[in-house]
Formats: sequence, C-alpha cells, structure tokens
Amino acid sequence: MLLINCPWCGPRDETEYHYGGQAHVPYPGNPADLDDRQWAEYVFYRDNTKGPYAERWMHSTGCRRWFNVLRDTVTNEMLAAYRLDDPRPEPHNVATPAGGPR
Amino acid sequence: MAEPTTAGPAALRRSPLAHLEERLRAATVTGPRGVSLAEWPFLTMVSLRVDPSSDAAARIEKTLSAALPRHCGETAAAGPHTVLWLGPDEWLVVSQAESPSLTAELTEALGGDPGSVVDVSANRTILELSGPVAREVLEKGCALDLHPRAFGPGRAVSTQVGPVPVILWQTDEAPSYRLFPRSSFADYLARWLLDAIDEYARPEVT
Repeated sequence: MLLINCPWCGPRDETEYHYGGQAHVPYPGNPADLDDRQWAEYVFYRDNTKGPYAERWMHSTGCRRWFNVLRDTVTNEMLAAYRLDDPRPEPHNVATPAGGPR
Repeated sequence: MAEPTTAGPAALRRSPLAHLEERLRAATVTGPRGVSLAEWPFLTMVSLRVDPSSDAAARIEKTLSAALPRHCGETAAAGPHTVLWLGPDEWLVVSQAESPSLTAELTEALGGDPGSVVDVSANRTILELSGPVAREVLEKGCALDLHPRAFGPGRAVSTQVGPVPVILWQTDEAPSYRLFPRSSFADYLARWLLDAIDEYARPEVT
C-alpha cells in the first residue's frame, strides 16, 4: 500500500486515490496543424522512466482534487506531492519524502 | 434532527435505513465495551462551492454566522448549522433547519457570483456510532489515525470505512462519530458496522 501525501488532506492510503498517468503533458498549441502521427503521440505516447517520474493523482474519496506526485518508479518512494500549478520539483532538491516516514 | 412532518411529500419519504431500524436498535451494547448504532435520517445537507477569497464567500459566512473552515478536517458550528470542509472550495452545510429556506438563503447570498448551492439532503444518510468502543469498531476498517492526539470532537474528513467512501465526523468524546455514506451504500455500511460491533455483545476473548 502506498501512502500518498495529498497537498490538501495530508497522507492517506493509496485506495483513496485515482491514478491519472504522466503529468506535464501539454495540450498541443495549435491542434489543427497536427497530423495523425503527432496526435497519436500526444494521446498515447508516454515516458517509461526508471527513477523519479511526475504523475497525476486525484484524491477521489477525499477532497476530489487533482495534484501531481513525483514518484521513484524503482523504489516506489513518493518524493514529492505538489499542486497542479506548481512547477515540477527537482529530485535532488527533495530532502525527505513528502509522505513522511512509513 | 428535523421535526417530523405529518403532511405533504415529507410524510411519504422513507429513509435509506428504515428497514434496519430494529436491527440497529437491537445491536446496542452497554457497559464498558458499549457501543450503539442509529440512523439520523432526513437531516438537511447543502453542498456549497465558492472561492473562499471572494465577496460571495464573505456574504455566505455572514448568512451562516460562521466562518467557512479553510483546512482539511475542520468544521464550524453556528446555531443549527455545521459547516464541514470537503475541499479547498467545497463545503457541506449540515443543518437542522428546513432545507428550502436554508438553500434559498445561501443562494441569495451567493448572488450571481461563480459557485453553487445545491440541496443534497437526499444524497447521503447519517449513521451515528457512539460508545466507549466506537473508535475500536471504526479502526477495523478505517486507515485514518482516529487516536485523540490526531482526531477529536469537531473534526470531519472524507475517507473510507471498509470499502465505503464516507464523511466521518466526530461529535463528542464518548466518542460519537457520524458517518455520512451515500444512500445506496448505507445498507451495506450499516450491515458492515453491525457485523463489526457483534463481538462486543459477547464475552471478551482474552
């Protein structure tokens, strides 16, 4: 069970959350100009990072807000949780896991 | 609790747990391992969404004569109303006042500003779990830290009890908890709780 630190509600069990895939995937600036391949890459292609990975989560049984989490895909360690309008924190700037000690 | 009404549609309504009323009452355990379970049906609940820094929020606070809580877990009580924090711009007003008048007052306070006031009284029902072992019962299915150092009277959060999403509100130090499951989950949650409190009616296994 992952312990995820909601920016509004604090640490809660993973079962209270809904996963939303990779974070920071910008909507195309001028979507009308995209060809099929570019659309497919926007819609379906995602990074498969080994290490810190920014992803979206929603606290579905709590405050029902979307937010971003930086998770290490190797250790499953939650490195940081931050609001949608905050920039992605750099992994080396993250001193302690945002979820606190397990 | 809202006054029982003898005429009109209110007389015809049925609470989601009316069929379990007898069983809930019969499950009461007294003594040091005491716990009781009861439904509080038909309480007025109004869903409120507004930007907390806006003028509309200030007008609503004046109407309710209570400040809207700004952090997770906080509640604000004023007269017949209690405001529960559900999200950074979302609250649930639980009230013993009549729903149409409260909804109308809040809608007027919101005016034309962005936000919403919706009567959601029929969305959820309320189960009250009370007694010395009430916390123990909840801890069988709630991962939240309910110990007095972290949770106490006047705290309310959205979480899960068993597999059921509920709003959990502690009202006093008995301890008493009010659980707000959605109506369609109420039967399951009530039976889940009946099963959880069953052991306290029997001699303690040591």
